[in-house]
Amino acid sequence: MFGRLVRRELVMAFRHGADTLGALLFFLIAGSLFPLAIGPSPDVLGGIAPGIVWVCALLAAILPLDRVFGADFEDGTLDQLLLSGLAPALITLAKALAHWLTTGLPLLLAAGPLAIMLRMPGDALPVLLAGLLPGTLTLSLLGTMGSAIVLGARRGGVLLPLLVLPLSVPVLIFGAAAASSKAQGLPARPEMLLLGALFALALPLCSVAGGLSLRAAAEG
Amino acid sequence: MDSAQPILGAARGKRWNWHKLANPGQFLRVSARFLLPLSIAGVLITAVGLVWGLWFSPADWQQGQTVRIMYIHVPSAWLAMSGYAGLAVCSVISLVWRHPLADIAAAEISPVGASFTALCLASGSLWGRPTWGTWWVWDARLTSVLVLFFLYLGHIALINAFDDRERGARAGAILALVGVINLPIIKFSVTWWNTLHQPASISLFSAPKMYVGMLAPLFVSALGYTLLFAAIVVSRTRSGIMERRVRGLLQARAERAA
Repeated sequence: MFGRLVRRELVMAFRHGADTLGALLFFLIAGSLFPLAIGPSPDVLGGIAPGIVWVCALLAAILPLDRVFGADFEDGTLDQLLLSGLAPALITLAKALAHWLTTGLPLLLAAGPLAIMLRMPGDALPVLLAGLLPGTLTLSLLGTMGSAIVLGARRGGVLLPLLVLPLSVPVLIFGAAAASSKAQGLPARPEMLLLGALFALALPLCSVAGGLSLRAAAEG
Repeated sequence: MDSAQPILGAARGKRWNWHKLANPGQFLRVSARFLLPLSIAGVLITAVGLVWGLWFSPADWQQGQTVRIMYIHVPSAWLAMSGYAGLAVCSVISLVWRHPLADIAAAEISPVGASFTALCLASGSLWGRPTWGTWWVWDARLTSVLVLFFLYLGHIALINAFDDRERGARAGAILALVGVINLPIIKFSVTWWNTLHQPASISLFSAPKMYVGMLAPLFVSALGYTLLFAAIVVSRTRSGIMERRVRGLLQARAERAA
């Protein structure tokens, strides 16, 4: 049942390919605005490249969030899902996984070229990508939970970033810090471990909180 | 069933029953009695603490007169955090037992908590300028308190975004509980990271690293702030209950007219 739900989400994402690619395009366009605004100096850009990639990835991951549950909530699919016997926490988890596969993974693939265009030091690039892996997974979990919480709210799309962005601050800090310390010749291990810890914390917490919100939304 | 009710009540006897307070009507009656003394005590004790701290306490040997900002900054920081803890407790009660009073209290705590957090950030910034030479640094303590401020604002925005108030309360409760992770991060940020903000001078398990002439006014103003916080929250909760009743009456009247 879990696998089928994930597969359904993926099929839906492929059928609406433009929506799925929207986040990716946003990531690349927003990232390429920085050299234009700050100036193309390699020293300046190289120093802030990890931060730019992380902030753009965070914003791009938030972009498609209101669709995660929105359509299902409106047409009643969500009620069917809750009746299917799959625990609400697992529904949230499946949705988060699908969100990561359709948004987080493409971002991860596009982050390398963007970082090179921003003149990021070459040896920090693997650390940046390795940090983005647990980072985007955590962001998908947080975002899916947020999207479940705002179900049924007026202007949920505006509200969602206000709720998710403060919660994702630790991920951003440690993710960008890992790549920055590697670029400065320091070990990135502590930040990477903290990123892993954040993911391990978000995995049960976001699923349970999201499941709780789904049930509340279906009742209300 | 009806005949069993009085017996049950008699068996409980005179023992104080906290669950009775969860009844909004009962809360209104009980709180009406202690709201005025609570407010007066809050205002008086805060005034004593602040006057003592701002005029009659010794200046710091290192910071001089600027240390007096502490009597405003530290209590508001404590209240910002314990206010969030209170919000979290209300959220648990609202999610587990669905007491409507907990929903109203949670909705009324967050604006007050947000104000105390803003006061903490503003006074800390004013204190940072003469002692650190800057209004703001992005160290762990300041950043995590800023996140706390955003969490309060997000909670306020979320509970007001639903047409159905009960749905808003439940969504807000879930969000508040997720945000609780931030509290230990704030508390231990000065221990875990090497920050510009100083580590705690007052601890439960060791002697305070502070002169007692400064400690006493600090505790007095902290007590005053706490009572004031409680008084504001109780009076806001009272008006919240009455607001709901008025809305209920208006709705009933509109339905009768239709």
